[in-house]
Amino acid sequence: MASIWEYANPVKFMRLTNRVLPWVSGLAAVALAVGLIWGFFFTPDDFRQGSTVKIIYIHVPAALMAINAWFMMLATSLVWLIRRHHVSALAAKAAAPVGAVMTLIALITGAIWGQPMWGTWWAWDPRLTSFLILFLFYLGYIALWEAIENSDTAADLTAVLCLVGSVFAILSRYAVNFWNQGLHQGASLSLDKKENVADVFYIPLLFCIAGFVLFFISLVLLRTRTEIRLRRAKALMARERLA
Amino acid sequence: MIALLLRDLKLAMRAGGGFGLGLAFFLIVTVLVPFGVGPESALLSRIAPGILWMGALLACLLSLDRIFALDWEDGSLDLLATSPLPLEAVATSKAVAHWLTTGLPLTLVSPVLGLLLNLPTSGYLWLVVSLGLGTPALSVIGTFGAALTVGLKRGGLLLSLLVLPLYVPTLIFGAEVARRGVEGLTLSAPLLLLAGISLAAVAVLPFVSALVLRVNLR
Repeated sequence: MASIWEYANPVKFMRLTNRVLPWVSGLAAVALAVGLIWGFFFTPDDFRQGSTVKIIYIHVPAALMAINAWFMMLATSLVWLIRRHHVSALAAKAAAPVGAVMTLIALITGAIWGQPMWGTWWAWDPRLTSFLILFLFYLGYIALWEAIENSDTAADLTAVLCLVGSVFAILSRYAVNFWNQGLHQGASLSLDKKENVADVFYIPLLFCIAGFVLFFISLVLLRTRTEIRLRRAKALMARERLA
Repeated sequence: MIALLLRDLKLAMRAGGGFGLGLAFFLIVTVLVPFGVGPESALLSRIAPGILWMGALLACLLSLDRIFALDWEDGSLDLLATSPLPLEAVATSKAVAHWLTTGLPLTLVSPVLGLLLNLPTSGYLWLVVSLGLGTPALSVIGTFGAALTVGLKRGGLLLSLLVLPLYVPTLIFGAEVARRGVEGLTLSAPLLLLAGISLAAVAVLPFVSALVLRVNLR
C-alpha cells in the first residue's frame, strides 16, 4: 500500500519532484502573471488610498507565506524529530531562506505602503513588531544551520530551535499586542464576508496568493533537490577519499 | 547537583567573570544612557524602567556563553554527561548558577542604578519584583541557547542572535510591570504573564536544553 512516507525516500522524492516541478513552477508563473497584471493594470484606484493600494498584491501574499513557511518548517521539523526522514529536515532547511525573504518583502512593502498612508515608514505596532521578530527567528535559524558542520546534528538542533522558536513567536505575538496599540488594519481576508476587501481587488488578490503559494512550493522543492544532490556529492567525495 | 552548583559558583567568583563583569556592564549601560539621551531628569525618570530592563538583559546575554563553554573546553562536560547525575539536572544547576551570579545581583543592584536614572520612588519595589521574576526566565532561556551553540567555535555572536528573539516576551512584560509600577497603574496582568513565562520556561526548558546537549555531545 502506498503511503505518503514513501516520499521520504530521497530517490522517490527526486523522481516525483522531477515530474511535478515544471508543472508547479509553470502554474506559479501563470497565476502570478494573471494576478499581478490584472491587479496592477485592470483594477480601479481605491477611493481613499489611490494607486498605492496596489502594493497589496505583493504585501499580503508575502506576509501570508512568511508565516506559512514557518509552519511548514515546524511540521517538517516535527517529522524529522519523530520519524527521522532526512528529506524532511532538508526541506525545512530549504524553506528557511525563502521564508526569510518573504518576511523581508512583507516588511519592506509594508514600509513603502505605510509611508504615504500612515505618514511613517515604521511603527512599533503589534503586527509589524512581531514580523520583525519573526525575521530575527529566521536569521537565527539559518545561521545555526550554517554554523554546524555535521548535518545530522545541525538538523536536530535546528528542529529543536524551530519548535522552541514557534512557542516564543506565538508568545511574542501576544506580548507585543499587549504592549502597544495597533496602527495596522485587521485581517483583510477572512471567510467572513464583511471583513473582506472589495470584490474588485479580491479576485486578482486570490490569484496572487495562489501564485505565491505555488512559487513557494516550487522554490522549496527546487532547493530541497539541491540539498539532496549536495549531500550525495558529499557522500561521493567522502567515498573517493577513502578509496 | 548541589556540589555542581557550588563548584560553578566558586569558579564564577574566582575567575572574576560572573559577578563582576555582568554588574560592571549593567553599570556602564546605565551610566551611558544619560550621556546619550541628555541629562533631563523628567525624561530619564520616564525611560528608566525600560533602560534598566534593557541593561539587565544585555548583562545577562554577555555572560551566557560562559555557561557551558569552559566545561566543554576542558572536557568536564563529557564527564558530567556520563556521571550518574541526569543531564536535565546539570542544565538546571547551570541555569541556577547563572542566575545566582548574574540575575540575582542585577536585581539587587538595580535600585541603586534606578537612583542614577532618577527613577520615581514608587517604582523601586516593582522594578525589583519584575527583575526578580523575569531574570530566572532569562537565565533558563539563555542556558538553552548556550546548549545549542556549545560545540561551535565562535558561538558567542550566534548565541545572541538565537537568544534575543526568545527574550522578547520576557522583556516586554518585565518592562511593562516596572513601567506600570512607576506610574501607579494596575499591573496584575503583566505581572501574572511575566510570572507565567518564567515558570513555564523553568519547568520545560531544562529538558530541552538537556536534549540539545545530548545531540551536541553525540
